[in-house]
Amino acid sequence: MSLTSAAASNWEADALPATKVRSYWQSVGYRLRHDPVTLVFGAIVLAIILTAVFAPWIAPMDPYKDSVIGRLKPFGWRGHILGTDELGRDMLSRLIHGGRISLMMGLVPVLVATIVGGTLGIIAGFGGRAVNTAIMRTMDVFYAFPSVLLAVAISGAMGGGIANGMIALSLVFTPAICRVAETATAQVRNLDFIEAARASGAGTFTIIRHHVLGNVLGPVFIYSSSLVSVSILLASGLSFLGLGVKPPEPDWGLMLSTLRQSIYVNPLICAVPGIAIFITSICFNLVSDGIRAAMDVRM
Amino acid sequence: MDHPTLTHADDADPRDRGGTAQPLLIARDLRKHFQVKGGPATLFGAGRAAVRAVDGVSFTLFKGETLGIVGESGCGKSTLARLLLHLIVPDAGELIFDGDTVAAPDGITVRALRQQVQMVFQDSYSSLNPRMPVQDSVAFGPYVQGRSQAEARDIARDILVKVGLNPALFGPRYPHELSGGQKQRVNIARALAINPRMVILDEAVSALDKSIEAQVLNLLRQLKRSFNLTYVFISHDLNVVQYISDRVLVMYLGHVVELGPVDAIFDRPLHPYTTALLGSRPSMDPAHRIDEPPLTGDPPSPINPPSGCRFRTRCLHAEPICAATVPVLGAWLDRESHVAACHIQTPGSGHSQAAAQGSA
Repeated sequence: MSLTSAAASNWEADALPATKVRSYWQSVGYRLRHDPVTLVFGAIVLAIILTAVFAPWIAPMDPYKDSVIGRLKPFGWRGHILGTDELGRDMLSRLIHGGRISLMMGLVPVLVATIVGGTLGIIAGFGGRAVNTAIMRTMDVFYAFPSVLLAVAISGAMGGGIANGMIALSLVFTPAICRVAETATAQVRNLDFIEAARASGAGTFTIIRHHVLGNVLGPVFIYSSSLVSVSILLASGLSFLGLGVKPPEPDWGLMLSTLRQSIYVNPLICAVPGIAIFITSICFNLVSDGIRAAMDVRM
Repeated sequence: MDHPTLTHADDADPRDRGGTAQPLLIARDLRKHFQVKGGPATLFGAGRAAVRAVDGVSFTLFKGETLGIVGESGCGKSTLARLLLHLIVPDAGELIFDGDTVAAPDGITVRALRQQVQMVFQDSYSSLNPRMPVQDSVAFGPYVQGRSQAEARDIARDILVKVGLNPALFGPRYPHELSGGQKQRVNIARALAINPRMVILDEAVSALDKSIEAQVLNLLRQLKRSFNLTYVFISHDLNVVQYISDRVLVMYLGHVVELGPVDAIFDRPLHPYTTALLGSRPSMDPAHRIDEPPLTGDPPSPINPPSGCRFRTRCLHAEPICAATVPVLGAWLDRESHVAACHIQTPGSGHSQAAAQGSA
């Protein structure tokens, strides 16, 4: 090797052990596996989701069976571990069953909005000025309405029901996520490494896949995971207005709003669905925070 | 142990089409004007104006040489570099790479051009993806050009060795874990990974410490020999350009003002701007300190450049002829020619210091 410089002559490439270079996503996975806090809260999130999925087998009682005499009874009353609600139905069973709809209302709209908004945002950030204007001004139109009002208006126009409620919530979240993705993309787009990638002959799609996604998904991910709890609460708001879930279907938000009339009779029972929402959202936030930390290579 | 795809100086390059006499690159009258807001406002909002970043630049780049491009900030050096790679598409003019016109129907495609020409950027901070291990950054070029991931990784490791970085140690690192000099070595490795014939170095050493700068410059010279490269070396640092270049091109406000062999330019500058640039270098001799800067003020705006010679507003020798007609560069196509776009150098131009018609 005629061209080994003084710096290179101390070692030879072939004599070196073949160290494995972890790609960015591999190293993110490695850091996640070594982050106990995220792992614990991730396990809790998983447990909540599994409980909801297998609700019919886990729930101790029938969530629809009411009782005239056993209304708003305290914790542990006649085998009702978490007491009974204002119609005498078992709180624990309703909570477990309610997780199905609440988690779906919390996760599906956010997932849809992340995919749609993220894609639109990257296209807007990477496309030319005309594309950017077309996408971002359309998003601004949605932005102009308060989110609750927009959700109510959309699901009101399309009629009630869970599916329409989820569509409405997806439409509410898309503009905000799109904006986050567009900003992150625009920050990266003009950096030299994108230009260097173009100079090495890469097409736009390859550049986005290899050089843009890793830098854009982080902020998008953080933002959308914080929307999960907002989505659960907004969905309960829709249910409260009769646009989402219909009683007697169990849903955390709906339970919260119907129990609120009984707050002076048995405040502890009224707090239960709220606590469920709180625990779920805080677990989601902690997990997303862990993922954000794992995605930041500087930490 | 070298990777089979890397060519060496002693091998004939199968990609060499025109032979040694054919310049590797001919730029003819390249032009790029950027549209900006500004100028006189019209009824329909703000007026539009054009920044004449590169305004009719012509030069030749011969095989195996280093062409230094110097000029003040904002004279269009970096735009010119990007035009050469079609990272910015020129408004007018043509590029001929080894006899083939770039992006012409019967010439070579931009994609083919980018397999043979690469660029090293100035800002080592933003020129590497912060979320990619540097070995992957180097391997990206070969991967994009159709190699498998394993092959690309092997090439990247090979090249990292050649720029003086231990791939076992530095390959898995992220850019923020490297020093400026190491990052610039990675940038050079990235440019070389696809085995180019020509490398554009856009202020490649300007951000480095002097000691690191010397190391990287020597590395560049050594790599040039090993890989049979041709360099376009852009810098505002005259000492560095003098050290590394074979020929020098001086730019002022989007124009080429002087072009010639490095010794001729540094010993006998023809254009008053080149003289002033050379005069602005600090002297090593305390007895010859510069009290008056040879150039004062900022260059005029490229939106509204002066008529005629663009340097006339700061030139000591400006005369009415300089405002009236644009001086032409002359025979820029030849390897040995030393030419300047100045009326003083043009016999019979009407400038009082110019030779009379026919006497030269």
